[in-house]
Amino acid sequence: MDIKKVRNEKFADFLAILGEQKLYAPQKVGESLRFAHVTDSSKVELAMANTTVPPKSIFFPQTETLYRYEMGNTEIQPPAVGEVGIVLGVRPCDARAQVIVDNLFSWDVDDPYYKERRDKATVVGLACNKPCVNCFCLSLGGDPASTEGMDLLMTELDDAYLLQPLTEKGEKLCQAAAAVAEPATAEDLAAAEGLHGQAREMITRKIETGGIPENLPALWENALWQETAASCLGCGICTYLCPTCHCFDIQDEVEGLEGRRCRMWDSCMFKEYTLHASGHNPRPTRRERTRNRINHKYSYFVDKFNVIACVGCGRCINHCPVNIDILEILAQVKEAL
Amino acid sequence: MKENGNPYQPHIATVEDAWYETQGDRCIKTFKVVFDDEKVRESWAHRPGQCAMIGILGVGESMISISCSPTEGRFLRFSVMRMGKVTQALHELEPGDKMTVRGPYGNSFPVDEWKGKKIITIGGGIGQAPLRPIIEYVKANRGDYAGLTLIYGSRTSGDLCFKSEFDTYNAANDVCCHLSIDVAEEGWPHYVGFVPSLLMEVNPSPENTIAITCGPPIMIRFVLENLKKLNFADEQIYTTLENRMKCGFGKCGRCNVGNLYVCKDGPVFSYATLKDIPEAFA
Repeated sequence: MDIKKVRNEKFADFLAILGEQKLYAPQKVGESLRFAHVTDSSKVELAMANTTVPPKSIFFPQTETLYRYEMGNTEIQPPAVGEVGIVLGVRPCDARAQVIVDNLFSWDVDDPYYKERRDKATVVGLACNKPCVNCFCLSLGGDPASTEGMDLLMTELDDAYLLQPLTEKGEKLCQAAAAVAEPATAEDLAAAEGLHGQAREMITRKIETGGIPENLPALWENALWQETAASCLGCGICTYLCPTCHCFDIQDEVEGLEGRRCRMWDSCMFKEYTLHASGHNPRPTRRERTRNRINHKYSYFVDKFNVIACVGCGRCINHCPVNIDILEILAQVKEAL
Repeated sequence: MKENGNPYQPHIATVEDAWYETQGDRCIKTFKVVFDDEKVRESWAHRPGQCAMIGILGVGESMISISCSPTEGRFLRFSVMRMGKVTQALHELEPGDKMTVRGPYGNSFPVDEWKGKKIITIGGGIGQAPLRPIIEYVKANRGDYAGLTLIYGSRTSGDLCFKSEFDTYNAANDVCCHLSIDVAEEGWPHYVGFVPSLLMEVNPSPENTIAITCGPPIMIRFVLENLKKLNFADEQIYTTLENRMKCGFGKCGRCNVGNLYVCKDGPVFSYATLKDIPEAFA
């Protein structure tokens, strides 16, 4: 598959071509940067290191209708998932996170809503030229130019975006953009290599994960869980913004005679998450909930799917209101092992 | 692509019969329900120990253990304690009313593995609901099992579920039935005390025997202790766990105990599996 490039002055045209399909890309929505349907390509924001909300919101919306019904009637109608199209500007950590989450949503039983969106979407990645201060993807098997989970990888050069198709879907997209693209030169490829190398050098935060998955549960009664939980507010932002967190609640909502059963993101950091109807709670305090969060990502998920459910995107560190730092927790874990 | 259809979409079932097992604030009501769709009625296959997500459109869903054995016929039974929003709404249902049902979920009691063995169930309160299908299953296949003993207790005689069935068990003389209540009542002919003490009184031999216990966590803890005193091996002891659930098939995340999902790896676990999971009896 031939590597192409789109010059900066033609990038708006490129977006217009992609926009013939339903196009999602990072845009400012209120105070946060998130993937949203592109209706005005000038609003597409690719310069920021990464979005506040990961692109999981496209495949697994924060709230979605599982089915509709009319009150007093037992006819149930699941809504059409509809067109998904192209998700553009996905950073390598987030593209990889989605592959990790695929394991869960296809485990034994396929989740039809998630699967349809994943199957339909073309993922256009964007290599990280300037990783942020809390990125640690290299420690989790990622890379600022990783292609895992992408159909096409873009790299931002000085005067152009390099387009590297990776799958048939990616190749198709390149062909569709033929009018605004041109073949990449050897110098372009060398420049991209150079940028990828520089990006790797910029990632300074690291953790050696060896030994954690198999030994973490043995630290059940360790004081570190209480110490971490002591400052935790239980706000759940670490899980909402985590690209691999996938837990959800199911609730019925009724307006007049129109009812729907829908699912929405939930968080293991909330008390209600595990609260029994009897009032009993198997995870009664933030200590147990913090312990479960880290164990789930770094041990339980590994038991089931042979991969750590963390990609080192740094969001949980960047957005924690009380500066809880997963790398510091993991460093304590390593020390205690 | 797995041909699993839409696992979130429930079937509609009609309440054929409904009656109260117990009275009071946290009363228990049993529903006998039949699927509206004949195809679902024919294809539905549950095993003793499994659960189903039952609900009411406009209110929500709750995971409830299926309290009948497939040997009883093409219907389902659920015994529901009135607790939260959904179970309170379920309690309003009368014969002819509709509910949503999806499942069955989870593993089941390894009834084939247990052939030739003596089965003892040790239940407390609503914990008898998940035990009822194994009792009914063993009764229906009595020749395959060396014995069936039922130990069951609750706070008062009014809190015992499935009371009317116990007489038929004894009359058929194929079930050894031991009942208890916590505090003495006039005219109560059976044991007075807690279930773990009744277990010691019955004093079953562990030889060629499987013990299954289900009930409030505090009861389970002492029953396990006493079964160990009676020299039951970890592999001979089974229990069912419950946790809050939303999906029933390993996606929504919340029902895990350690690295096990109650909805998929359970709800039936041997004590050999659970004893090393620190969260199992939390």
